Amino acid sequence: MAAPKADIDIDRSAGDFSYPEAHTFDAGTGLTAATVDYISKVKDEPEWIREFRQKALEVFNKKAMPTHWATKDLDNIIFNNIRYYLSRGQKPSRSWDDVPEDMKRTFERLGIPEQERKFLAGVEAQFDSEAAYSNIKKAVGDQGVIFVGSTEGLKEHPEIFRKWFGKVIPTGDNKFSALNSAVFSGGSFIYVPPGVKVKHPLQAYFRINSENFGQFERTLIIADEGAEVMYMEGCTAPKFETATLHSAVVELVALKGAKIQYVTVQNWSNNVFNLVTKRGLAMEDAEVKWIDCNIGSRLTMKYPGVVMKGPRARGEVISIALAGNGQHQDTGAKMIHAADDTTSNVISKSISVGTGRATYRGQVLVPKHLKNCKNNTECDALLINPTSRTDTYPAITVRGAKNAMQHEASVSKVSAEQIFYMMQRGLTEGQAMSLTVNGFVNDLVRQFPMEYSVELKRLIDLEMEGSVG
Amino acid sequence: MSEQTDTLLTADYADTAEARDATRIADEPTDVGLPRGLLNPPDAPSGQGLPDWFLTSRAQAWQSFEALEMPARTEQAWRFASLGKIKLQAYHAPLPVAGEVADRLIERSVGNTTVAGKMVFANDALLDRRLFSPELAAQGVIWKPLEAAVVEHADLFRKHFMVQEAVLGSQKFAALHRAHVRTGTFLYVPKNVEIALPLEVFHWLSGEAGSSFPHTLIIAEAGSKVTLVDYFESDRSEETGFACAVNDLIIGPGAKLTYVCAQNWGEKVVSFQINSTTVERDAAAMSLHLNLGASYARLESLSRLVGAGGRSDMLAATVTQGDQEFDQRTLQDHVQPHTTSDLLYKNSLSDTAKTVFAGLIRVQPEAQHTDAYQKVRNLMLSDDAEANSMPGLEILADEVRCTHGATSGHVDDEELFYLLSRGISHKAAQELIVHGFLNEVLERLPDAHATPKLGALLAEKFARMKRQQSPAA
Repeated sequence: MAAPKADIDIDRSAGDFSYPEAHTFDAGTGLTAATVDYISKVKDEPEWIREFRQKALEVFNKKAMPTHWATKDLDNIIFNNIRYYLSRGQKPSRSWDDVPEDMKRTFERLGIPEQERKFLAGVEAQFDSEAAYSNIKKAVGDQGVIFVGSTEGLKEHPEIFRKWFGKVIPTGDNKFSALNSAVFSGGSFIYVPPGVKVKHPLQAYFRINSENFGQFERTLIIADEGAEVMYMEGCTAPKFETATLHSAVVELVALKGAKIQYVTVQNWSNNVFNLVTKRGLAMEDAEVKWIDCNIGSRLTMKYPGVVMKGPRARGEVISIALAGNGQHQDTGAKMIHAADDTTSNVISKSISVGTGRATYRGQVLVPKHLKNCKNNTECDALLINPTSRTDTYPAITVRGAKNAMQHEASVSKVSAEQIFYMMQRGLTEGQAMSLTVNGFVNDLVRQFPMEYSVELKRLIDLEMEGSVG
Repeated sequence: MSEQTDTLLTADYADTAEARDATRIADEPTDVGLPRGLLNPPDAPSGQGLPDWFLTSRAQAWQSFEALEMPARTEQAWRFASLGKIKLQAYHAPLPVAGEVADRLIERSVGNTTVAGKMVFANDALLDRRLFSPELAAQGVIWKPLEAAVVEHADLFRKHFMVQEAVLGSQKFAALHRAHVRTGTFLYVPKNVEIALPLEVFHWLSGEAGSSFPHTLIIAEAGSKVTLVDYFESDRSEETGFACAVNDLIIGPGAKLTYVCAQNWGEKVVSFQINSTTVERDAAAMSLHLNLGASYARLESLSRLVGAGGRSDMLAATVTQGDQEFDQRTLQDHVQPHTTSDLLYKNSLSDTAKTVFAGLIRVQPEAQHTDAYQKVRNLMLSDDAEANSMPGLEILADEVRCTHGATSGHVDDEELFYLLSRGISHKAAQELIVHGFLNEVLERLPDAHATPKLGALLAEKFARMKRQQSPAA
């Protein structure tokens, strides 16, 4: 029998709403040295940050678009049509009662305060350029955990954050990390003191409300020796007619024996260019784990990386990508082994639906004279429709005779027999498809925190349900 | 030259000195001054009656060569490649070899014991050609040097000669080849003719800083079957040189072609090989590359599956030593539905050697029911060796089964222990393991008549490696 051809579109209705703009601070449209100065001035930053930004702007202007390997769709970003800073004030509220009504309603509709009450150790909610709300539970704060915005972190705790800021991902890493370094605003700076294990996850929620806006949050998480922390981020935006740009830089530093888990569920509306640089540094015996789920956006380019700098460090990337009609999920992982006995693991699963395109791009590097480095990479792609597309472009460099690397990838489609079998037993085609897709990603979804995995399953169900007439 | 070769396609052509002389390039080098550098426009070929289109295409190719930029490492197709090893200005255009050198090279052109035919070239001049089975000529098999085929089989030649553009990065070098090419092999196997024994071709490079542009054009008509082996050899292993080989392999409906290439240039030679295979309906292509020689060897292999039921097996076994670099780029291009491809490339890396493998499986939107497989394995024998693997997939259809794998590992300690405990020396044990590793590739070759020589070349390489590892005290 012919395979069912489901016509699936992703449900983004939950995030597709916006409130009228009421910004006090607006850097205007386009990007010049004056824009950067404006942002720095509004944020009342010390001179060194302003210089850092200006230098980054120069790097950004000098760097070419990476279209020699990346999609030409990047050329559709018109940097001069974007607004780089919009806010109503720079100080986030500590209580939801003080958050402006429209912002509060936004986050309530997205369920953030409710989740905070239920299971989170701390929450930051960013609305366009600045956080509207930021708070951690008292018990967590009392342990010495610092959870603040980027500017606040650099201004109030320079002795902790300045040392690592821009060190894991240097300004010149790529064109978009340079852009972020020039105009960054918002994001979370987190410090977990030695030995402190933060029991509940910390969460950040990123919301774009305004049209033609660019969001450039900057996150730096430092887990001191033996510390453990889990950080989760979610994001949504309303669907506008014009393209929106989200370009974050996320740096993680796991000192000796520390563990950082970073969970992302990205559900931007499909007019958002989501170009994010994420990298973690794992020292001796430390572990950095990225759990990355990309459902939304028009184009996502994101390759979370781990630099294993100390012996026995571990890096892991778990990645799920769902590319619906018109979407391109260009995701992957980067594993740099820079010490003996380091291990890394990459598991990537992608689903391409309709005209969606899922791309895995990866890099594994083992330099000379190291021993017992191990990498395992598995990429599986599932194709739903004849117009769906998937690509895999890994690059693995190994030097020396004492390491072991393996990479495997497979591409398959939903088997017609499976669907037929389930339909015979009374399931609709949509239900059968939904079960199959959920089964395909199930082992990865289980790695997400409970609340997220339930949400993910619901999202997939929703889509598949509506997929067949 | 072409009028001489006319008379040569006779089955009973004997192994006589006169016969060899008859095929030898008549014109000895006339210009005793400095040989022409590779970066100067090539001389017009001396062959008579060459068609205008061919001469024009050479001239145009030279213009494209000059117009095209030298590749840069920032290009995806040249990622990880050591482009600094390619210095075109260091070489001169092919020069004919002297008579005694030709004799020596013909003598040394020993392949497998039972073969159907043989050609020997040195510095792009035909030295020797035979076809051993009389019935093949009677059946219409054409076994000629390129310069004869372009005149005598003009339409056939023009239809297939370098029609497929180089798509894996070497457009500039393909243009250079086209501008310089003088000779090579033209093999035409008519419908339903099966040639049981392999045909063998030797290309020799002789003289310091010389160059060669070997070409192989094979047309296997519907239902035919044939095996051809190209050997690339250097007269003296210490000589530098530049080689840029191109082949066009056209496999008609239901035909079977096995193409083997043993690249055994001297280890100071810079080598390019640009391969393009077209697999039609129900046809089967098998290619095996044994890569042993050159300082920098770039192999670009394209297999286009343009008819339902087509199958392409792409194999390579590479043994490195010293600071050799093998840069291999492949494309399994599934154009039509119901096609199969299977690639297995194995590299054994010693010393400070480096390999690059970039392979792509591309499934075009129409190519439903594709079954494609790709595997690269690196065996790391030294702490200073470097293996780069870039196995890629681009899937634009949904009814497919595509898998790829890339592994880099070292000699298994248990295997080694097993051998050592039986009194085998460490070096011998390692060699055995490498042999076993590469044999998996060689064993896939269906043609038993073509394998013994490959084994011998491999053994020679191991012997060379041993000599270099333990210089006489």
